[in-house]
Amino acid sequence: MPTVTVTVNGKSHAVDVAPETLLVELLREKLRLTGTHVGCDTSQCGACVVHVDGAAVKSCTMLAMSADGASVTTIEGLANGGSLHPMQEAFREHHGLQCGFCTPGMIMSAVDIVNRKGSELDEQTIREELEGNICRCTGYHNIVKAVGAGAKAMKGGGKSARAAE
Amino acid sequence: MYAFTYERPKNVDEAVKLLKKAKDGKILAGGQTLLPAMKLRLASPDTIVDLSRVKGLSGIKASSKAVTIGALTKHIEVMGSAEVQKSIPALAHLASLIGDPAVRNRGTIGGSLANNDPSADYPAAALGLGATIKTNKRELPADKFFKGLFETALAGDEIIESVSFPVPEKAGYEKFPNPASRFALVGVFVSKSKDGVRVAVTGAGEGGVFRVKEMETALAKDFSAKAIEGIKVPAKNMIADIHGTAEYRAHLIGVMARRAVAAAK
Repeated sequence: MPTVTVTVNGKSHAVDVAPETLLVELLREKLRLTGTHVGCDTSQCGACVVHVDGAAVKSCTMLAMSADGASVTTIEGLANGGSLHPMQEAFREHHGLQCGFCTPGMIMSAVDIVNRKGSELDEQTIREELEGNICRCTGYHNIVKAVGAGAKAMKGGGKSARAAE
Repeated sequence: MYAFTYERPKNVDEAVKLLKKAKDGKILAGGQTLLPAMKLRLASPDTIVDLSRVKGLSGIKASSKAVTIGALTKHIEVMGSAEVQKSIPALAHLASLIGDPAVRNRGTIGGSLANNDPSADYPAAALGLGATIKTNKRELPADKFFKGLFETALAGDEIIESVSFPVPEKAGYEKFPNPASRFALVGVFVSKSKDGVRVAVTGAGEGGVFRVKEMETALAKDFSAKAIEGIKVPAKNMIADIHGTAEYRAHLIGVMARRAVAAAK
């Protein structure tokens, strides 16, 4: 079995995996980081979004072996000890979730949007950028509000995901 | 997913050897089509040859005549490239419409062309600009590259290295996306250069991407949306599925073509 060496949330791991192992399977089943979810398993819903070397990817559509040598950040890597990441805090504050299934992917995508587009995001931009994340509870209204507020809060000195990576 | 052998060559020669050795080897670039296809058992290669560590297959070079894009260049790089935005803005626009941000962070231009999905965006740009596809063996003009549904002129051990797009006087791309998959229900790429006008359609043809010669002739005389108003594309050989009938797609070609001409710059 080949070995994949990967840094996840700042911690290095060397794991033996079958070649067909997906990145999300490595995270959930080998490293027991079950915050990353599998929704559709067809790269449409975005519940499995994590950051690989700073870029949002759908971890159900990437082989674990392809992450060899990479640095991965999952939803578990955002909070700073007991204090939530500003984007997580914004989702709580603005009620950006109901059942919570899509939330880890939503938040990882949201942080990626801020990393690429800055902290001043208009509603249209947020809605377009969340095209690859599907929520079946909220109707998106509060998610969009949360992303906008979280983006502003990240600028205000909140720990950015880039720093975590 | 089912089992396969995973190989990660360091150069093209090594990749070719691995592909020759495999019974049914497949190249992995960004994997945004191949991995879903494998999960659905639409593809079941015994060997995956991951090109991600092959050097020199990524990056964008632009001159006044052409924009050359390495096969492993990701969609996000093409859409964000100042050089592409300046030389062929329609190509940057097209890349920005592929999938969603996470897909664009992984998917590659070479993978899209080699896969030749009948609803993919890049085949329209390659055919609509008259691109040249450079492989480890030869240079292929786009007109000879696409061979029908998921079929190309590529041999089993042939690897795309780069794609060269001639810089047109103006070009435009308009896409009517399927709202769920974001693939093109119909996408039309038009370009005008000293070699003439090209109109390439993706999403609609049962045989994949194709040119509309009647529109090209009309646009060569008068490059305006009005010039192609009366041209009807026949519904014969159009894709018909739950998302739209053949007639609907044929009609959309006219609409998208006129919008692409109007938006061309």
